[in-house]
Parts: sequence; C-alpha cells; structure tokens
Amino acid sequence: MESVENKEKEEREEREQRPMETLLRMDRIPHIWCPGCGIGNAVTAFIVALQELDFDLNKVCVISGIGCTGRVAGYIKLDSFHTTHGRAIPFATGIKLGNPDLKVVVISGDGDLVSIGGNHFIHAARRNIDLTVILVNNFIYAMTGGQVAPTTPETAYTTTSPYGNYEPSSNVPQLAESAGANYVARWTALHIRRLTQSISEALQKPGFSVVEVISPCAMYYSRINKLGEGIDMMQFYHKNSVIKHGEPTENLGIKYQKKIIVGKFIDRDRPAFMDSFKNWSKETKS
Amino acid sequence: MSINRVPLDIHKIKVPRGEVHIVKDRCKGCGFCIEYCPNDVLALSEEYNTKGYHPPEVVKPEHCLNCGLCELICPDFAIWSTLKEETEPIIGD
Repeated sequence: MESVENKEKEEREEREQRPMETLLRMDRIPHIWCPGCGIGNAVTAFIVALQELDFDLNKVCVISGIGCTGRVAGYIKLDSFHTTHGRAIPFATGIKLGNPDLKVVVISGDGDLVSIGGNHFIHAARRNIDLTVILVNNFIYAMTGGQVAPTTPETAYTTTSPYGNYEPSSNVPQLAESAGANYVARWTALHIRRLTQSISEALQKPGFSVVEVISPCAMYYSRINKLGEGIDMMQFYHKNSVIKHGEPTENLGIKYQKKIIVGKFIDRDRPAFMDSFKNWSKETKS
Repeated sequence: MSINRVPLDIHKIKVPRGEVHIVKDRCKGCGFCIEYCPNDVLALSEEYNTKGYHPPEVVKPEHCLNCGLCELICPDFAIWSTLKEETEPIIGD
C-alpha cells in the first residue's frame, strides 16, 4: 500500500516538474505578480532563450533594480543581484568590467531603467558595454501604486495624473539608438516566440542590446484607464501590433491606445567597450 | 478541420499528441492559455483553487498537438504539455 502511495507521489512530482523549473527558484513560486501581468511571459521568453542557447549557466548573471520587474532576479535560479532603484545598469557594468567572461543580463522595468536610471541607460549605451537589457514596459510605476512614469502615453490616467497625463512620453528605442546601442527590438508580451528569438539574438550580440517588452498592467494601468483585465490588453496587442522590422526609430513613440509598432529596429556592429579597451591598451603600450 | 485531398506522403506524416499538465494551485485565472490555445483544448473550470481563482481544465484532450504555446503564454509557470504519442493522421480530424 505504501509503495503504491510512494509511486503515485513520485509520478506526481515528476509530472509537476516543468522543463523550465531548472532555472526558477521554485520555493519562491507562486510569484507576487498580479493575475494578467505580462512580466512572467518576459521571464519565460528569457528562460527558453537561455535553454536553447546552451550557455554555461555558471557564467550568466541576472541583475534587476526595484519595481515589479525588479523581482525577476529573485525568481531566476542563476547568479542574480537585486540592486538599488535605477542602479541596475551601474551594478551590471561593474560586474562586466570586474569579470568580462560573464554574460550579464539586466531585466528591469521602465520606471527603473528609463526614469531614475535613465542617465545610466544612456551612458551604458554610449560606452557600448556588453550587456543585454530586457526592459519590461508597462507604462506606469506599478509597484508603488500607479504613478505617472516617463513612458506613460499622453492623455492616459494614472493615480498622479487624475486629469490625464499631459507630458510627452519617452520613446525607448529612439533613446537607445541615439545613445549608441548595438541591438534594439520591441515586442509585446503576446509575441512570445518572436520575443524569445529576439532575446536569443540580443544575448549573442556583442555590445549593448535592448529588448523592450510591452506588458499589460492589469491592476493599475488598465484598471485606472478602464481598459479591462490582462486578457483584454493582450487582445488589444493582438489587434493593434504592427510588425515593421527596420522602422526608423523616430516613428516608434507610443500613443494612447493606438497602433504599436514592434520588430527589430537596430542591428549594427559598433565596437563593444571591452574590444575598444583592449585595442586602446595595445596602442598605448606599443 | 477537414482535408479534401489526401496528401501523397501521408504515410510518412506523424501527428504529435500532447498531454496537458496543470498545477492548479499556482494558477491565477488570467485566462491567457484558454484564449490563445490554437485548438481550444482548455476551458475555464467551475472549481476553485486554494487562492480562490478558477483554474483552466482540459476539455478536449484528444485535440492537443503539443505545440507548447500554453507553456510559453502562462505568466505563472503553471501549465505545460508533454509529448504523449505520435499517431497516424486521421482524415477529417
């Protein structure tokens, strides 16, 4: 009788072992993200890309800042680092310079990377440090209660813009391109296979690569703006996403509830920071 | 799905059949898997899980082709499919 129970238990455990769980800290799952949030999809895409690429997982490091997406570092079973607000990229820069063999990935939100860490974002792109940045954009500061963010589209309501947001929103792909990033792509949480492929390309690309993931925020952005739940936002992305590879980045600004242009926009080969450093040190020595 | 013409290489084609696994207590009832399953294998169940959400249930297990989209689209890592068997294609399936 006992052996039958044990066998059943083993079978159940085997069945509950999901292929992705080797890269997740299962003692922390279920995660804190709300029902209908798209951050889990970005994490899934990252994990699948990493599994397909066959990297040495002891040499992959995940950094995140503060916010909803900042929790990613705590859920991924790799060397990970949960840093101070906005400073994910400086920490990642330090890690990359200290040990250039590591593959350093920054997964963080729009409020963390574009707002408070905007300056670091610009300068990491200017130096072209070999980082992969996965920027989850949910148009709002979700964890602190739905305040207006630099990525909030014009006329959208948030808790701190009760009459509608009148500030123009920042265009992340244009910012990354003009600052000097090597690889810039944007997908929504729905384009999960293309997002996986894009993250895989970004991980293999030397230099600063940015993948923007547009994610539904079911509890703040869509609730305050009466856009429905997460599934309604996903259906909106399904109907209103236009794939245009190589679109000039000045056309990529997001307007409130209008078409979202997604695709791979920039793929170029500026010399990465470590290469320039090595060449420069060779020149100065000779 | 109906096939009007039988493909010439039909004896070479194997159709994968998948088995869906759901960890019900991890589900938050967002409905992404139900909405985006290409073969409508899943539906919202009447039962509650420990958190008070309605998890999905498998209503047409024979239609699962192990495409793995539910696994990718689930934000809560609560659903996945595994290959059960590969069968001969059934005309008019």
